[in-house]
Amino acid sequence: MTPAVSFQRVSRHFGSVRAVDAVDLDIVPGEFFAMLGPSGSGKTTCLRLIAGFEQPTAGSISIFGERAEGVPPYRRNVNTVFQDYALFPHLNVLDNVAYGLMVKRVGKAERHKAAEEALSLVRLPGYGARRPGQLSGGQRQRVALARALVNQPKVLLLDEPLGALDLKLRENMQEELKSLQKALGITFVFVTHDQGEALSMADRIAVFNDGKIMQIGTPEDIYQRPSTRFVADFVGSSNVLPPDFVQRYSGQHRWGSLRPESIRVGRAASGEGVAARLVSTNYLGATTRLALDADGLKLHAVVPAGTALPAEGEAVVLTFNREHLHLMGEPA
Amino acid sequence: MSIVALNANPIPAILPGSGGLRGALSDLFWRRPKVLLLLMLLPPVLWLGIVYIGSLFALLAQSFFSIDEFSGLINRQFTLKTYGDLLQAANLDIILRTVTMAALVTLASAIVAFPIAYYAARYARGRWKALFYLGVMLPLWSSYLVKIYAWKLILAKEGILTWLLTKLHLLWLLDAWLSLPVVGGNSLSVSFTGTFIVFVYVWLPFMILPVQAALERVPGNLVEASSDLGASPGQTFRNVLFPLALPGIVAGSIFTFSLTLGDYIIPQIIGTSRLFIGQAVYSQQGTAGNIPLAAAFTVVPIVIMGFYLWGAKRMGAFDAL
Repeated sequence: MTPAVSFQRVSRHFGSVRAVDAVDLDIVPGEFFAMLGPSGSGKTTCLRLIAGFEQPTAGSISIFGERAEGVPPYRRNVNTVFQDYALFPHLNVLDNVAYGLMVKRVGKAERHKAAEEALSLVRLPGYGARRPGQLSGGQRQRVALARALVNQPKVLLLDEPLGALDLKLRENMQEELKSLQKALGITFVFVTHDQGEALSMADRIAVFNDGKIMQIGTPEDIYQRPSTRFVADFVGSSNVLPPDFVQRYSGQHRWGSLRPESIRVGRAASGEGVAARLVSTNYLGATTRLALDADGLKLHAVVPAGTALPAEGEAVVLTFNREHLHLMGEPA
Repeated sequence: MSIVALNANPIPAILPGSGGLRGALSDLFWRRPKVLLLLMLLPPVLWLGIVYIGSLFALLAQSFFSIDEFSGLINRQFTLKTYGDLLQAANLDIILRTVTMAALVTLASAIVAFPIAYYAARYARGRWKALFYLGVMLPLWSSYLVKIYAWKLILAKEGILTWLLTKLHLLWLLDAWLSLPVVGGNSLSVSFTGTFIVFVYVWLPFMILPVQAALERVPGNLVEASSDLGASPGQTFRNVLFPLALPGIVAGSIFTFSLTLGDYIIPQIIGTSRLFIGQAVYSQQGTAGNIPLAAAFTVVPIVIMGFYLWGAKRMGAFDAL
């Protein structure tokens, strides 16, 4: 099958800064693809390369098999939901949503009808006459979504669209975006620095760092089987274990990762395990997060709230199942 | 350690006193911010309200007086006769000529200013921005008269423009233009074209700066969003940039339009012997001694500007503010 978006050795340099550095990427049609990484990792530049706001310094980009270099944004059937929405302040909501159809010279009645439908799709029916300035952040976000969807794009690009929303609203929008994507079958490319968001929404995730892709895989792959120390640390802050430590338990001299929830904490008298000291406990509601010190190696564990715990500063014993210790491909 | 250091200092009082007259005064301003506001606004309000608006009303009142044609004395009785005089063919000509010139100067200024303002707002950074401000403001620092006489030298028959066009073998182009009725003349310095060029030059900064300020406030991602939604650069200009820059263009056009309506020096030095409103006011209140007619002439630009702003508002020029 032709990929929806395909990057071959794509680079984008700004002077001496390699924002995107020889990236290879295939996005499957109809999937929800997340680009995850810290700020400055090149994920937004990748999105802008697909949208056409940036041109690659080297490499080639194709969208549904067609070469996209040198094609301006207005000749791409790809639409973007911008981070701060970029709604036109001088137009009302209906004209904002109908903008893409207006510039394609669709008649007024027809484009307003389509815009109304798009507004119903994002559950804002009847908001057409308002100005963007009269809407809340969440509503503006929906208008921006409707404005992109009304053009029936082949690929929808979302640049941290939920970043400015408060937690509750963000969780609602995550579910809505996910079900909208399933219903419409459009390829979504979603940029975020929030690993929880990427894990919960995406079919596949690309983890970016320093302009390069560290790992591409399903949320499970990324979470359970990180391939590098960076991925293990960035996605859900796994415990990164040095090769010497890993060798004792697996026999192999490689970097390992161990999820905080895989560690069991027992009292020092309870027998076998890694001797450690409980440094501090943080109550997080459903869980409690423990900071541990195993002979200089800093670890953390997550246990269900209500677990009986030793006092801070006491000696403890850590145990875990061998199969939860994941060996990473990164050279030791 | 830091706690010890903190304790070493003398412990300050929780509610130290106000500390003399100045302290009492700032406390008063803090408790009653409107007192400070009143004190700050009083001088400018007195100046604008009494000196400026007052003299404007005095002027308006003058225009309802008339002049005794035999004695040349002012008859201080309410009459609309002076405004009737304004409607004489010769005076209407002056008004029409001035308004046409002001409209053309405004249009040309907007067309010339937009690209410059666009560059300054969207591309110029650091030293280029400083250079832009210097380039726009520098002409405003030198004397208005010096600039106009400089232009007279540039536009004169023996001037640098004629010389340059001769070198380029393009003198026929200038001669063809000068042979046209109305806009032509013996040389550019004694034609309406010359007046127009100098007006545009002199008022251009007043158009560039507000347009630049308006474009500066347009977030860059609106242009990207428009492009992303399929608008060509031309469509983006018409549907996004121009509407959002319109308040700036209107603000600039208020300057260029009203300054052209009132100016009497440029058409006197560069142009034909036919009068503009400013020159008419100057000669009526000076040599002719007809203050009521001069006042009536002065009311014309005020009324025109009033209609202009009303029309601009109706057209939605201020919606994006």
